[in-house]
Amino acid sequence: MIAKLAWRNIWFKPLNTILSVILLMASVAIITVLILLEKQFEEKFNSNIEGVDLVMGAQGSPLQLILSSVYQVDAPTGNISYDSAKVWMKNPFVEKAIPLAFGDNYRGYKILGTTHDYLEKYGAKISEGKLFEHNFEVVIGSDIAQKLNIKIGDTFFGSHGDAAEGEVHENQAYSVVGIVSKTGKVIDNLILCNIPSVWQMHAGHEGHEDETHAENPPHGEEGHVHHDDEDEHQHVNNENPAHGEEGHVHDEHENDLTIDEPGMEITAVLLKFRNKMGIVTWPRIIAQNTKMQVASPAIEVNRLFKLFGIGIDALRYLAYGIMLISGISIFIALFNTLKERKFEFALLRVSGAGRFKLLMLVMIESLLLCVVGFLFGTILGRFALMLLSNSAEDDFKMSFNPYEFIWDKEGILFLLTIFVGVIAALIPAIKAYNLNISKTLANG
Amino acid sequence: MISTKEVKFQYPKGELFHMPDLYCTAGNTILITGNSGRGKTTYLHILAGLLRPKSGSIEIDSTNIATLSERKNDSFRGKNIGVVFQKPYFIASLNILENLEMTSWLVTGKKNSATANKLLSQLGLTEHASKLPSQLSVGQQQRVSIARALINEPKVLLADEPTSSLDDKNTETVIELLTSLSKEYKAALIIVTHDGRIKEKFHNQITMI
Repeated sequence: MIAKLAWRNIWFKPLNTILSVILLMASVAIITVLILLEKQFEEKFNSNIEGVDLVMGAQGSPLQLILSSVYQVDAPTGNISYDSAKVWMKNPFVEKAIPLAFGDNYRGYKILGTTHDYLEKYGAKISEGKLFEHNFEVVIGSDIAQKLNIKIGDTFFGSHGDAAEGEVHENQAYSVVGIVSKTGKVIDNLILCNIPSVWQMHAGHEGHEDETHAENPPHGEEGHVHHDDEDEHQHVNNENPAHGEEGHVHDEHENDLTIDEPGMEITAVLLKFRNKMGIVTWPRIIAQNTKMQVASPAIEVNRLFKLFGIGIDALRYLAYGIMLISGISIFIALFNTLKERKFEFALLRVSGAGRFKLLMLVMIESLLLCVVGFLFGTILGRFALMLLSNSAEDDFKMSFNPYEFIWDKEGILFLLTIFVGVIAALIPAIKAYNLNISKTLANG
Repeated sequence: MISTKEVKFQYPKGELFHMPDLYCTAGNTILITGNSGRGKTTYLHILAGLLRPKSGSIEIDSTNIATLSERKNDSFRGKNIGVVFQKPYFIASLNILENLEMTSWLVTGKKNSATANKLLSQLGLTEHASKLPSQLSVGQQQRVSIARALINEPKVLLADEPTSSLDDKNTETVIELLTSLSKEYKAALIIVTHDGRIKEKFHNQITMI
């Protein structure tokens, strides 16, 4: 009944109440988003670098190398010669080296040339079908399978580069042979094939383009132009150009490239070391002796978190600031109404309510505001995260789970909200407790 | 039944009031009159247990409320004393029926809606039950105050200048209701007033000088 009265009272002055609730809601929502985002972000980032000590790739920004090769979010720094990379991959320090060759995309999802080790590193199992073996066989991540409704046996054409609008390679279709089980890691949003598939997809046209086009735009983000049609196929085939960078033409499986093809390029290599020495010394050795670089995902991700950290901290202080203001708003609302409500309090006392009941009434009013604000804040925060997740999904193929509850941190946030409520109500509640009823009624 | 003996009261650094003894049985009425500043309202607050006398005793059904602890006093008052104030006070956020139910709940822990509705119909307020107090006229509000004072069927009904803000017609209605209902609910009725319009209606009067 006291709670009901408190509930009625807070909605009797709806504007005051709404102001307080909105302020609380905003601060709780921001903090909730930060809590969820920080945790899930770190989880996602850390789970993906498991088993990768260093990444070898073309020179450029080490952060970019890590982002592109481990997280598949940035453009690659460039290509490296597979022949020279192989020398290092066979080094005795190296426990496992997984080569990556970026090629095309299908509807925005990257098609990544790699080896079976890549799936193993992510602990990914084939849930349906089998692993890729021949060229142009692909296995697809579970998220893609679900979103694009792809089944085993389906075929599709890739678009060049990493933009969905890139030129379509219509000469060669990929065929889906397997679907990877869900891992919660980047692999869920990747299409995997072997490396020769990537080479072969891009090899053929380069040969003929020398003949048909004066200008041959370089490989890159925007994608170069592919004009493979049957005639040209034939034509190039007759010429039978040498295997290699400059172009090689495939005739279905007869002429397939293999991983042992010399003079080819890949994008990056994920390295796992047998001992820590390599991790420490390689960045220097590689930089001095080759045109490549190696970068440590742990260090780069740390750097990234530090960069984010400043923003996150700023947002967090802002949220606490808003929470403080909402506390003050609750205090002012309660304090202001105290004067007009003192007759109400006196009346309650006359009707048999003890002092403590009045104290509780004021406290409960404040706490109800806080609970309402907290509830709406948590919901709003998750709604915001859902929107954020959708846009991150579109841009980075990275999704967040708004339905996760981080009980300890959100519990602390709840207690903090309650604490704000108690502090805000303290003085008004004590005033109600100490009200002199006789005086109030006599002077009324 | 209520009786007082040699009640004395003093505000901090104020003058000492000697309150006249009174004795009133269930269903009867005593009028306390006198000019302003003679301590009429103070006396009523003492009778209600809102103020503690310096000395003397106030016995309501053989309980001396002057010696009760504050907490016991609060609950004793809720159970045994109904008060009608000069101005009608309400819980503004609750409607009329809920105001009555709240008063009942504070004492019994039950809403007692049946009694509340019965009182409202006796006072001719049934159609206003779901209105907010601020939507009623002063006369209607004062009648609701009577209902609230009676809902816990108190032993004593105290009324502090209940008619001072009412017109003649409403004054008559309120006094009529106070006396008839206090008889029906077997409460001793004590009215503090300086309103000349009601003095002639009562025989038992105490004048404070």
